[in-house]
Amino acid sequence: MERKDTRSGFGAGLTELGKTNKNVVALCADLTGSLKMGDFANNHPDRFFQVGIAEANMIGMAAGLTVGGKIPFTGTFANFSTARVYDQIRQSVSYSGKNVKICASHAGLTLGEDGATHQTLEDIGMMKMLPNMVVINPCDFNQTKAATIAIADHKGPVYLRFGRPKVTNFTPENQKFEIGKAVPLVKGIDVSIFATGHLVWPALESVKLLKEEGISAEVINIHTIKPLDKKAILESVKKTKCVVTAEEHQMNGGLGDSIAQLLCRELPTPLEMVAVDDSFGESGPPMKLMEKYGLTKNNIVSSVKKVIIRK
Amino acid sequence: MTDIPKLESITNQVRRDIVRMVHANNSGHPGGSLGCAEFLVALYFKTMNHNKDFSMDGVGEDIFYLSNGHISPVWYSVLARSGYFPVSELSTFRKIDSRLQGHPATHEGLEGIRMASGSLGQGLSVAIGTCLAKKLNKDNSIVYTLHGDGELQEGQNWEAIMYASANKVDNIIATVDYNKKQIDGSLDNVLNMGDLKAKFESFGWMVFEEEKGNDMESVLNVLNSAKGETKKEKPIVILLHTEMGNGVDFMMGTHKWHGSAPNDEQLEIALNQNIETLGDY
Repeated sequence: MERKDTRSGFGAGLTELGKTNKNVVALCADLTGSLKMGDFANNHPDRFFQVGIAEANMIGMAAGLTVGGKIPFTGTFANFSTARVYDQIRQSVSYSGKNVKICASHAGLTLGEDGATHQTLEDIGMMKMLPNMVVINPCDFNQTKAATIAIADHKGPVYLRFGRPKVTNFTPENQKFEIGKAVPLVKGIDVSIFATGHLVWPALESVKLLKEEGISAEVINIHTIKPLDKKAILESVKKTKCVVTAEEHQMNGGLGDSIAQLLCRELPTPLEMVAVDDSFGESGPPMKLMEKYGLTKNNIVSSVKKVIIRK
Repeated sequence: MTDIPKLESITNQVRRDIVRMVHANNSGHPGGSLGCAEFLVALYFKTMNHNKDFSMDGVGEDIFYLSNGHISPVWYSVLARSGYFPVSELSTFRKIDSRLQGHPATHEGLEGIRMASGSLGQGLSVAIGTCLAKKLNKDNSIVYTLHGDGELQEGQNWEAIMYASANKVDNIIATVDYNKKQIDGSLDNVLNMGDLKAKFESFGWMVFEEEKGNDMESVLNVLNSAKGETKKEKPIVILLHTEMGNGVDFMMGTHKWHGSAPNDEQLEIALNQNIETLGDY
């Protein structure tokens, strides 16, 4: 199957929006190439703002651009899109209810060789805590493109998270992206695997391995962490009665944390999390890092075995 | 100018509103609010072309952002006295279920406010964004801002200052409330800002400096001069020398009233120094 980077999906979505929505504007903090924003910048120089290495100013400017009806998309690495500018987002975007789309590339360990300073694993947690904020983490090129296009029509702040490496591009081209709507990928009866972002494909790969051991796994892609598709999650868990979550993020504050909260309140269920366990990343090839920090299909398989006996 | 007595009379009432609002809660920031009374009255009652029938997008009208959100009492008073919302609502300032939050917010839908402020240093970036939206919309109106002088210690301001000149954002008039005081003491003692005028100039801004920021005629004149220099490929800043606590004698000459409220007796003295002109709320 074709392999493509999710950041290019963002770039393709932005190119499309440039043609179809004249209110869309884009801002970038000196990472136009990395964020694949070059097409938009070249095609719409009047609607593209290069702000330099000044992320705080970029978020403020984006908030100000909404006053006058623009729909700003900001682009930089995930770490500089969140931790570096958290208070700017909190006050000028989230609290002020502004229609800003914070688009964040190079999220997680798969940024690779640049190491822990750039590998944010806390961004989903930070962003989902902000009132008004929608948090989306699509799984491949096609879905990232579709999500980019869809968020322009959502009125309000959105955090869109994607990554650097080429990953399997397996979801349909030109799919309709519905914010907050989980996507069932495989039906099963023994365990629910809820995965987001780069972990959705390994979750699918784990299904075959689990089947060999006689386990029927259900896989659901939770591309929107907030608002969470509670209905889809609860329906699946009612059937399977145990859960594994999988994400390229800290356990604290991630998708697993959101699902655990939901289940504690509504349907207490054994749950295991495939996520980074309270640790920073480090330099290395992306896939080797995913192995070292326990974010592979094999980790999903072992978590399933662990949770299934707790039923 | 024949407007001056009228504007001064409004300013008197605004000063009464400020001390009464802060006194009623025993909380708020009277010092900077009093010091900026002339500026905000001049802006809303004379300089700006604005529509009191509030629209968030503000297309075709001048827009004001208060970056140093803690001086909300003066802004609330001026907005109410301009007709944005009922003057009686000033009595809800800082109370529960109020639209008049301690620091300005859009969340409760208070007319006249387009962005939350309070966490300092963010307003200039926001204003520049709106300037760019106006240019894209072929809207010739101007964006005005107010910042504390101490607020310029926040680094984000200098990112914004750099951006505005490099990109010829020339539909902005930023004003610095240059009272040389901040919570912990004088600006020079807390963190000396050096030569602010030279700093702005070296960043490529056109600088106006007005020594008499509590004199209505001087404030109107400097705003008028600044307006005449917009659309000339340079951002504009006014260094407006004001006195923290101006109009209430015991609040002047000290930073003590930055964020403290007067007691009953002090309120009485303050009100006696500012006669009621438009009717108290």
